[in-house]
Amino acid sequence: MAVMTMREALNQALREELQRDEKVFLMGEEVAAYQGAYKVSKGLLEEFGNKRVIDTPITELGFAGLGVGAAMVGLRPIVEFMTFNFSILATDQIINSAAKMLYMSGGQYNIPIVFRGPNGSAFQVSSQHSQAMESWYAYFPGIKVVMPSTPADAKGLLKSAIRDDDPVIFLEQERMYGNKGEVPEDEDFTIPLGVADVKREGKDATIVARSLMVPVALKAAEELEKQGVSCEVIDPRTIRPLDIETIINSVKKTNRVVIAEESHPFCGVGAEISAEIMERAFDFLDAPVRRVSGADVPMPYAKNLEKLAIPDINTIVKAVREVAYLD
Amino acid sequence: MTKQATPTPSRAGAEEASSTGVIEKETVETADRAQLQREHEEKKAEQKGRIEELDAETLLKLLHQMILIRRFEEKCAESYSLGKIGGFCHLYIGQEAVAVGALAAIREDDYVLTSYRDHGHALVRGTSPDEIMAELYGKASGCSAGKGGSMHLFDAEKNFLGGHAIVGGQIPLATGVAFASKYKGTDQVTLCFFGEAAVNQGAFHESMNMAQLWRLPCIYICENNQYGMGTSLERAMSLQDVSQKACAYELASEFIDGMDVLAVREVVARAAERARKHYLPTLLEVRTYRFMGHSMSDPGNYRSRAEIEKYQERDPIKLFTASLREKNILDDNRLAEIENEVREAIEHATRFADESPEPDPKELYTHIYANQ
Repeated sequence: MAVMTMREALNQALREELQRDEKVFLMGEEVAAYQGAYKVSKGLLEEFGNKRVIDTPITELGFAGLGVGAAMVGLRPIVEFMTFNFSILATDQIINSAAKMLYMSGGQYNIPIVFRGPNGSAFQVSSQHSQAMESWYAYFPGIKVVMPSTPADAKGLLKSAIRDDDPVIFLEQERMYGNKGEVPEDEDFTIPLGVADVKREGKDATIVARSLMVPVALKAAEELEKQGVSCEVIDPRTIRPLDIETIINSVKKTNRVVIAEESHPFCGVGAEISAEIMERAFDFLDAPVRRVSGADVPMPYAKNLEKLAIPDINTIVKAVREVAYLD
Repeated sequence: MTKQATPTPSRAGAEEASSTGVIEKETVETADRAQLQREHEEKKAEQKGRIEELDAETLLKLLHQMILIRRFEEKCAESYSLGKIGGFCHLYIGQEAVAVGALAAIREDDYVLTSYRDHGHALVRGTSPDEIMAELYGKASGCSAGKGGSMHLFDAEKNFLGGHAIVGGQIPLATGVAFASKYKGTDQVTLCFFGEAAVNQGAFHESMNMAQLWRLPCIYICENNQYGMGTSLERAMSLQDVSQKACAYELASEFIDGMDVLAVREVVARAAERARKHYLPTLLEVRTYRFMGHSMSDPGNYRSRAEIEKYQERDPIKLFTASLREKNILDDNRLAEIENEVREAIEHATRFADESPEPDPKELYTHIYANQ
């Protein structure tokens, strides 16, 4: 094990997979000469050359579609979006081409491709650069959606995503690139997609959190522990396929759930998890499922307003106390 | 609306091929027969000049393929009206020379992608009429297992990478397929067909830029049938000279008469060589015409009778048949043989489609992910 940042863990995963498989290549805006807008691809151009690490023009629809086409004939593209806000231009190719190709070709063309990059809020980058896109992509059958919250998960899950035979949306978080954690250095270290992780065990309430909200939920759990409430924190890690069993098992134990998410609440992943819990474990619930979501507004620029738009430790603590009927 | 005052070299051919445009539509109710006959003779003379380059067997094969598409599509129209085929169904009648000519110019291991008007391309690529008709009938034995339908024919064995139904969506995909050929160091080329309406999409322009920037072996074939559904080219495109769009990206481009199967073959062969030897893309504008509506549900009221008559006079099968006859390569007997072979193949396909089972209900949940 070595301690490294999320950025370094992602870089290591990319490097190892580029080394392992000649069919893997990385493309996107500023991934090569500039070393990545967030330096995730640092050193890769130098090591693998411009055949495997490719700077693209700012042409998201075009290079997303190019990646899907290359995947149709056996390559394994990793397409970086500088942020997932820009993936909106590429949704036609992600949704209409990548997600549907295997099905509408009657099983003839699978699409082994990874679309990756930062998702969600950053630091005061306002409305068009702060969006959490997971519910968009998770909506569509044919796509897998991954959201790591620790450096180790980031590495293990990215390696699995690159080896996966289907399109994977791999959502990183700009605020988390500098987060540190222990990471196995074994080149065969992978984490299977579709398996949730219990980040903290507890017995009084379950907090389901993903990506940016995982460290926040863990801190909230520490605070709640001091207040006498033992929280279990579940990180699904993969949104689709969702490991609902692990969540349900936790709910059956704690009987109370808070779902914490950075994204908007409406039609969100939290709403989906909530519905699943209602359908599968209604009789085990001692309180209604509670969501703590990002504000249902475009992200503002002003520092104080931005802070208000993103759930924090206090909002999660408050929600857990509510479902525990402590206030 | 009039044409450009000073036609470019590539446009000159277009002017000649369709010198009348919208004005005629508004002012002339029926076509000028004598004029049409003169044009027919001119086109025939041009085509006969190209016949020398090919042997009789090849020429007759091209004719066979064109007639196969024509009759197959006529059968589709019939089956659609009987309710055997559902959904959207876009016929290729009138455009046969484009797919037949273009695919005659490439190798079996090259790649082909096209739009939703894809029956013709699949047939010429070698997908069996049985499997195509079964797909249209929504049967398990269809070339896409009954899950794609008319707009999504696929045949991996023939490197036919599909019909794609978002206008222009296949253009970045084809660019990626060509990218992969270069990445792997093969000399395979990719043919990408699309209608002229796709040229207004960003996907087209983004692809042209990347293809030339990275020198990708892709041949972009714009089948300019002059209508995006019911909207004429004049009403939808500021610069209607599609082949000229290539200038913006320093791409090689040519304009071709899409009613002449041999002209299409010749130009695509040239582009294929450029792609194979030098990893260079080409944009081809192939001027053609669809004789039917946009889809089976389109009565086509936006086009004048004179305009349709004019192009029917320039029917690619009629032209090619006449050229071959005058060159003594085709006679009544041989033509009847071809028609018979085609009829039998289509009857077989229709029977096969009819008798094939529907997909098993459990197939609803297969092919969503690769390792299910």
